[in-house]
Amino acid sequence: MVKEALDVHMESRRLVVRYGTRLGVGVGGGVSLPLYRRRITALIGPSGCGKTTFLRALNRMHDLTPSARVEGEVLLDGENIYAPGVDPVLVRRRVGMVFQKPTAFPTLSIYDNVAAGLKLVGIRDRKRLDEAVERALKAAALWEEVKDRLRAPASGLSGGQQQRLTIARALAVEPEVLLMDEPTASLDPISTQAIEDLLLTLKEQVTLVIVTHNMQQAARVSDYTAFFLNGEMVEFGPTETLFTKPQDPRTEAYITGRFG
Amino acid sequence: MSRERDLALRRRYWVERLMLALVALGTLLAFLVLFLVLAYALFQGAGALNLDFFLKDMRPPGEAGGGLRQAIVGTLLVDGLGLLLALPFGLAAGILLAEYPDHPLNPYLRLLSDTLNGMPAILFGLLAFILVVKPMGGFSGLSGAFALGFLMIPILARSTEGVLSLVPKEVREAGLALGLPRWRVILSLVLPTARAGLITGILLAFARAAGEAAPLLFTAFGSPLLELNPLKPMDTLPLRLFAFAISPYEDWHQKAWAAGLVLFGFITLTSLLARWASRRRF
Amino acid sequence: MKRLYTHFGDRVFALVLLLLALGVVALALLMAYELYRGGSLALGRFGLLGFALGREWDPALEKAFGAWPYILGTLIVSLSALSLSFFPALAAAIFAAEYAPRWLAQILNFLLDLMAAVPSVVYGLWGIFVLAPWLRDKLQLPLYLWAAEHAPGLLPLLGVPTGYGLMTAILILASMIVPYTAALARDAIALVPREHREAAYALGATRWEVMRLAILPLARGGILAGAFLALARAVGETLAVTMVIGNSHKLPYTLFGGAATMPSVIANEFTEAVEDLHLSALIAVGFLLFLVSMAVNFTAAYVLRRQERLVKGVL
Repeated sequence: MVKEALDVHMESRRLVVRYGTRLGVGVGGGVSLPLYRRRITALIGPSGCGKTTFLRALNRMHDLTPSARVEGEVLLDGENIYAPGVDPVLVRRRVGMVFQKPTAFPTLSIYDNVAAGLKLVGIRDRKRLDEAVERALKAAALWEEVKDRLRAPASGLSGGQQQRLTIARALAVEPEVLLMDEPTASLDPISTQAIEDLLLTLKEQVTLVIVTHNMQQAARVSDYTAFFLNGEMVEFGPTETLFTKPQDPRTEAYITGRFG
Repeated sequence: MSRERDLALRRRYWVERLMLALVALGTLLAFLVLFLVLAYALFQGAGALNLDFFLKDMRPPGEAGGGLRQAIVGTLLVDGLGLLLALPFGLAAGILLAEYPDHPLNPYLRLLSDTLNGMPAILFGLLAFILVVKPMGGFSGLSGAFALGFLMIPILARSTEGVLSLVPKEVREAGLALGLPRWRVILSLVLPTARAGLITGILLAFARAAGEAAPLLFTAFGSPLLELNPLKPMDTLPLRLFAFAISPYEDWHQKAWAAGLVLFGFITLTSLLARWASRRRF
Repeated sequence: MKRLYTHFGDRVFALVLLLLALGVVALALLMAYELYRGGSLALGRFGLLGFALGREWDPALEKAFGAWPYILGTLIVSLSALSLSFFPALAAAIFAAEYAPRWLAQILNFLLDLMAAVPSVVYGLWGIFVLAPWLRDKLQLPLYLWAAEHAPGLLPLLGVPTGYGLMTAILILASMIVPYTAALARDAIALVPREHREAAYALGATRWEVMRLAILPLARGGILAGAFLALARAVGETLAVTMVIGNSHKLPYTLFGGAATMPSVIANEFTEAVEDLHLSALIAVGFLLFLVSMAVNFTAAYVLRRQERLVKGVL
């Protein structure tokens, strides 16, 4: 098998996350995982296995939880985002996140939703905002459907559209990495399909990490997969390899549906 | 990071710090008066808080000493009587709202109950004056009890509904599954389960009414003497506090502060009790 | 529903419950009716509008009863108190809900409960012996003297600096109604779903920006409802206001000078009113107070219900 010359965009080194005394993820010496540039990495595993906990460590979302403690390192282009003095606000500009529930800001218009992140940074120039909004909506495959009603309230959109709106909003600030926490879990099959297609085009610009409880989705969409179980990262590898020739018996058990 | 981003970021953090300062300042302002009132009550009134305060009645103006026993006893009597008057109606309304959620009366009941809850207390006094004082021909502790009772009915209704709706539906279902009729389920299962919350609600209503003076100005009216007959005018602590506060006598002023301290202590106690009781899970 | 209560006991129980619960309805209706009836002598004599807008209140000589000074006084005092208290209350709510650590938030919430439970007379006591003299000596008198020298045109606006007047009443009332706005605002903020907060943080927002972007817009309704509730309380507050407002019937009101509100005139004059017309006029003021209170309460309830539905839609 030909080894590609791969570029590691982000990686975790011996990452452990604790909630008080409880271990969220990092059993067995912590999670060490590479995330390759402009590839899609899927994190799979049964409920409560720690995959979401791991994901949220990648953009310092655990800073918001008082009882959470993070040990180990997360490197973004070689620099540890948990190093003292690093501003989480800046980290989150480079590493964006999309959540399971579509969280369009309901009181804002579609345009203002997408522009929200840009306005935060201080970009006020109308032309720049217009261009960025259009670019983001196109990248999120939503432009055609909303281009005539950009000023309409975002609450009028369907679930699938709102999720694509949140993706557009996250993309508008041009992050290098986009983390997605079960992005299609609350959506119907058609919207799910639309988003999966979207992901395949998105990866040309952005490194994607997606948590999913849907194995088939991981198999369809991702280049690399990591399997988590009970707070431990059990196995990591190219998706095809992990699904056809899993190394760890636990991985095999999960893949073949014996639990989860 | 481009320079533009750098400047914007610094400005955002500056705004962040400003907002934190404003929020902290606003919070301090919000609580300032409470602390000042408590502090003054302690300094001015603690001196007059002795055993006599609770055991002796009031002395005529100019004479030092004495206490406010007649007011304290009066408060308990008028408030207690009012509570007895209010309980059947308030509890029933609360039970109806919580246990019979589809009843057609409910939306109106809830609306009127909420509205009555926000009514100025003095209006309850006016109503009691018209309904009780006028026919009786004079002020009385009883009319004061009515005024306070009117005040407490919507409070009891709302707190009862709140507490009962927290009782898990499994409790009711278990009773019904045993073949108990609805009224037995409510009286023998639901109400006892919610007992702590119900008592807390009653206590809070009692405490709230105990602090009211406006509805009693022209019903119970107040009295310098210990009065146990509800058909005569009676004194309560808030009424006496008011009368002493606007009087010209230093000794009475100090007693007013002491009365304020007692009231403060009472409501602090009931508030703490309510918090502790609501921590219990079913 | 009828089928469920086939058991005889159930029928009796439900009936008793209904009759007792109707007591609440009866109370509200009785209040409206009796207040109107009690005030009808005065209202009939002056007409509803004539009574409400009449500026002369003279039980002794003229026997004219116009409630406008008290309506105006109530409006000025309540609305000013609300404006003054709104931002500190909102700040306290934001602080308790977002910035404060858990243990501090619990203490603050308890203090808010306490503030709402302190009896009006106690605030009034503090107002008479602490606030009024302090305001008079530290603020009003110096300002008055300054104006007498440098801006005599301002004097009629300021009025006589006794310490007992509009200013003191507004300040005391503002402190008293803070907990109503604060508690509802805090609840509304706490109810905003976690995902919205997190989405804003994930965008690289600072704490305040998350407030501004995600939380406050969603909590708007609850905050507004809190403000209306506070207004309702302010309108009905009797003792504390009566004790510090100086009780003047004469318009126009000045900033330092005495004033009166609907509850305060009732509290002051009711036990002294011997004539039927005077008594009826006071009850009529009570009726007007009832109407105003109803209006504000209904608005508060409406806003709160709309807010609940909005949040449910988002959830």
